[in-house]
Amino acid sequence: MWFPTRTIIKQAASSLALSMLMLLPTAAQAERIFVSNEKDNTLSVIDGETLEVIETIPVGRRPRAMAFSNDGSQLFVAVGDDEAIDMIDLDTLKVVRSLAAGEDPEVIRVHPDRPHIYVSNEDDNIVSVLDYQKRTRVTQIPVGVEPEGLGVSPDGKWLIATSETSNMAHIIDLETMEAVYHRLVGARPRHVEFTREGDKAWVSAEIAGTVAIIDMQDTFDVIHTLEFEVPGVPRETVQAVGMELTSDGRFAFVALGPSNRVAVVDQQSYEVLDYLLVGQRVWHLALDADENRLFTTNGVSGDVTVIEIEGDEGDFEAIRSIPVGRFPWGVVVAP
Amino acid sequence: MRKCKWGAARLLLLVLLSLSSVTKAQEAATVTLGYLGIERPAALEPLSVLDPVVDDEGVQGARLAIRDNNTAGQFLGQEFLLVEAVVASEREVAEGLKRLVEQGAEWIVSGVHREALEALMDDPALGDRVVFNVAASDDALRGAACRRNLFHTTPSRRMLADALAQFLGYKRWTRWALVHGNTDEDRLRVEAQRAAAERFGHRIVDEAMWPYDPMARRAEGGFHAIQREIPVFLQAFAEHDVLVIADENDYFGEYFPYQTRLPRPVAGTQGLTPTAWHRAHESWGAVQLQRRFEEQAGRWMTAQDFAAWLAVRSLGEAASRTGAVDRDALREYMTSEAFELAGYLGLPVSYRSWNHQLRQPILVTGPRMVVSVSPQEGYLHPRTPLDTLGVDQGESTCGFQPER
Repeated sequence: MWFPTRTIIKQAASSLALSMLMLLPTAAQAERIFVSNEKDNTLSVIDGETLEVIETIPVGRRPRAMAFSNDGSQLFVAVGDDEAIDMIDLDTLKVVRSLAAGEDPEVIRVHPDRPHIYVSNEDDNIVSVLDYQKRTRVTQIPVGVEPEGLGVSPDGKWLIATSETSNMAHIIDLETMEAVYHRLVGARPRHVEFTREGDKAWVSAEIAGTVAIIDMQDTFDVIHTLEFEVPGVPRETVQAVGMELTSDGRFAFVALGPSNRVAVVDQQSYEVLDYLLVGQRVWHLALDADENRLFTTNGVSGDVTVIEIEGDEGDFEAIRSIPVGRFPWGVVVAP
Repeated sequence: MRKCKWGAARLLLLVLLSLSSVTKAQEAATVTLGYLGIERPAALEPLSVLDPVVDDEGVQGARLAIRDNNTAGQFLGQEFLLVEAVVASEREVAEGLKRLVEQGAEWIVSGVHREALEALMDDPALGDRVVFNVAASDDALRGAACRRNLFHTTPSRRMLADALAQFLGYKRWTRWALVHGNTDEDRLRVEAQRAAAERFGHRIVDEAMWPYDPMARRAEGGFHAIQREIPVFLQAFAEHDVLVIADENDYFGEYFPYQTRLPRPVAGTQGLTPTAWHRAHESWGAVQLQRRFEEQAGRWMTAQDFAAWLAVRSLGEAASRTGAVDRDALREYMTSEAFELAGYLGLPVSYRSWNHQLRQPILVTGPRMVVSVSPQEGYLHPRTPLDTLGVDQGESTCGFQPER
């Protein structure tokens, strides 16, 4: 357990919280942030306390999306050019095995209960379902042209796959493993995040620069589309990619690609609250466990921006830029 | 891997079947497109034997886009059909059009050059059908000779020249020496280069026509006489930073790199080349399109294939966004502010309202690598940086008024 200093000071207003903190034993291990470096074939491991790179893990070729196993003991990395998923032991930080994943795996997600990894195989217009315990392929689900973004609902009932050329969100029933709804979203949809309650799914579209919000309870339809307008930045460079949603339902963060901004959105009113300047071509985002900090991968500048979320006042500030490998793509925080 | 692909194909087929049984009651709404092309003249072959001779250029891009459209269309109850007419010569274009119209083509994708295209536009059999030009780069077709029902997905010469000029500006190679051939196409290319030079502050310090006379490719290996001729040809040229070649038919330009008198890079139609598409381009998901294309066509995708793909995908995009398939609705959407197509070039592409030219990023490539993508950083435009490439609205000589 680790708390950023500034947050401690903030929370010190409540002396109870402070005394509780002081009673806590020294943290056994600081949080670790994993960043996939697409061009270096490595992962950078950042220490959550010192905000420095403490380890670089060699992996397969072209590592992009990452996901943790259900028990939190392993990290999976899609290594596209090796057509595989590397499985990393989180104790030793070494690749312990590699799972064949079909052609050009890019995005992966893990089911909350089952030992299943979902993989988008862009070349084959399918989503593959792999069992990471038995190391077998469970099934393949056909979707539109170039499946890319994936998201699993918190209750494990739904999988959403986006197809980049068909511009659709394919809503897949994970009991029957079939796509049951197909909804048009913006051009080149890239990423899917569910709200904590799972009642809504956010789908970002890179070329359109929009985020579609899909109702996941009744209609399974797009109920709202977010648009972004960054002052002084050409509309075309405002491209929506990675997203993170806070679990308290307040904030959503949207990486806006080559506009070098992260949008802060009110999860309830859909109002854009702020645009935060980060590194060049910001791609994916990850919140830390306390949701006090947001980490962004900046592909072109080759670094990670750390944004501090002050919370109550809705104040956000980039506090650090951490150099990592070349073309950092994905980022996850070890639970 | 093969086996796995077949498995996927079977699965897809199953889904299509099950979907069709679900939606059997309502027939799929159909959009029929016709591709019109002229066979390549036997005499016109690339100078380098490494460049393949392609006989199905353009139409393969249209075929792939039909498949891409139908993958989305299956979920929306829309179906796209392609009918094809590739005729032997310019004289048979009218016959080809007639065949396409008889087969129900409501939209025409034209892979023919300017003269044939203008004849096509004047043909009463065309009616009010929209024609997508995927082959003719003539600026006149976007200017004084523009038509309201003519859309261009292939870049104009001026767009290509501007894209190169911006990159040369970025390099600060501002003094150009120009060598051109003696064809009409080359003269138009020179005009475009001049306009680009003026727009972006370059200077053409010298220019000369290469005295091309047709010779057997195999008689000149690239070094026999050429090695001595080119330096002599260039010796009177004033000091320059880059040698710009205008040889659209690929008659002689390929001989110039490394043979220059001064150690200068060669750019233009050979050497460092602006183009809408290139096999070396794999960014922004382009690798997916390259792979799909190669699997279908058994060869690399060319700029003309890409233009045809863009044309057919434009209709697919308009049909899925509007939920309609009728001509007026699709056309209106394509020319509206809302239209944006993902073209694997990093930025969305869309049609210019004042001449129906697709605004698009342009690759600047060497023979084996993408060197850069224009518009270059710092070339600003109040509407979109993409409008720094090609004739802008204010200077356009196209007569029709914007539809919006």
